Amino acid sequence: MKVECPECLAEIEVPDDVIVGEVIECPECGAELEVYEIKEGQVKVRVAAAEEEDWGE
Amino acid sequence: MTIKIAMLYERVRWEEKAIKKEAESRSNVEFTPINILDIILKLFDKGTSLDHDIFLQRAISLFKGLYCTAILEFLGKTVVNDFNTSVTCGDKLLSTLAFLRRGIPTPKTVVAFSEASALKAIEEVGYPAILKPIHGSWGRLVAPLNDPLSAKAIIESRLMLHPIHQVFYIQERVKRPPRDIRSFVIGDQVVAAIYRIAAEGEWRTNTSLGGKAEPCKITPEIEEMSLKAAEAVGGGILGIDMMESPDGLVVHEVNHVIEFRNTVPATGVNIPKLIVDYLVNKVRR
Repeated sequence: MKVECPECLAEIEVPDDVIVGEVIECPECGAELEVYEIKEGQVKVRVAAAEEEDWGE
Repeated sequence: MTIKIAMLYERVRWEEKAIKKEAESRSNVEFTPINILDIILKLFDKGTSLDHDIFLQRAISLFKGLYCTAILEFLGKTVVNDFNTSVTCGDKLLSTLAFLRRGIPTPKTVVAFSEASALKAIEEVGYPAILKPIHGSWGRLVAPLNDPLSAKAIIESRLMLHPIHQVFYIQERVKRPPRDIRSFVIGDQVVAAIYRIAAEGEWRTNTSLGGKAEPCKITPEIEEMSLKAAEAVGGGILGIDMMESPDGLVVHEVNHVIEFRNTVPATGVNIPKLIVDYLVNKVRR
């Protein structure tokens, strides 16, 4: 599957088994992109949120 | 019998992918990843559509994970780790109380609720000390208190943050080598351990801050301390952090949504497999 990087507009290849919540790195600009929707083979990404204060392990 | 496992998550880290891959490789497991950002939890409806046998809580957000787990348990579901374990591990102060109740060696700790009392409290453990937020991971906002002047500046800066940062949780700085030990407990087994070696120019050992993971032999002392600490917080799938002090091991925290991307290659232990085994066995019991 392919998707456009919202930061640099590069066309990025996304693995077929990707799931919502995965973060992929744009190979062109290095932006971290979060997959937020997958519908009928269409993947939507947005620039991933920065670390929140209560994130962790 | 097919076992229905749901993994609750928010961000897909290396760990979530590894657990998913392992679970999906099992013919007796029906695996469903559930993004907690998409779910609606109906507190008035016990006949929820979430009809899985067991839930693995992997939310990256402490608070979202805690409340999600609390509701699922209210609805009669089995969640790993359970709410009581998660709430204790998610809070460093409650963890310290749990260790002290069981007589587990832990760094000397003082707590104060104002700038002035915090500065006095540091004297109780002596300089250099450490200030830690009671919530949080990856070494975030963990600050060395080296002398009264820098301590005052650090404490003062916390007054500008969320009021939770005015619960000043202060610990002695344990004389340890530039590393600590993270052991992994799954149920009643210590399955792996690593040394976390602080990166150059960094005193914190967190691998998220560049700390290096190296295999660590599970000595009888590490095993005993790990199992005691796991039991003290309520048990489950846990990561125990301990330091080598001049007087032996001291436990400083237990993590309840363990990350193991560095531990699997360093030790060769297949932690995702052991997690899925644990979930399957828990349903079968």
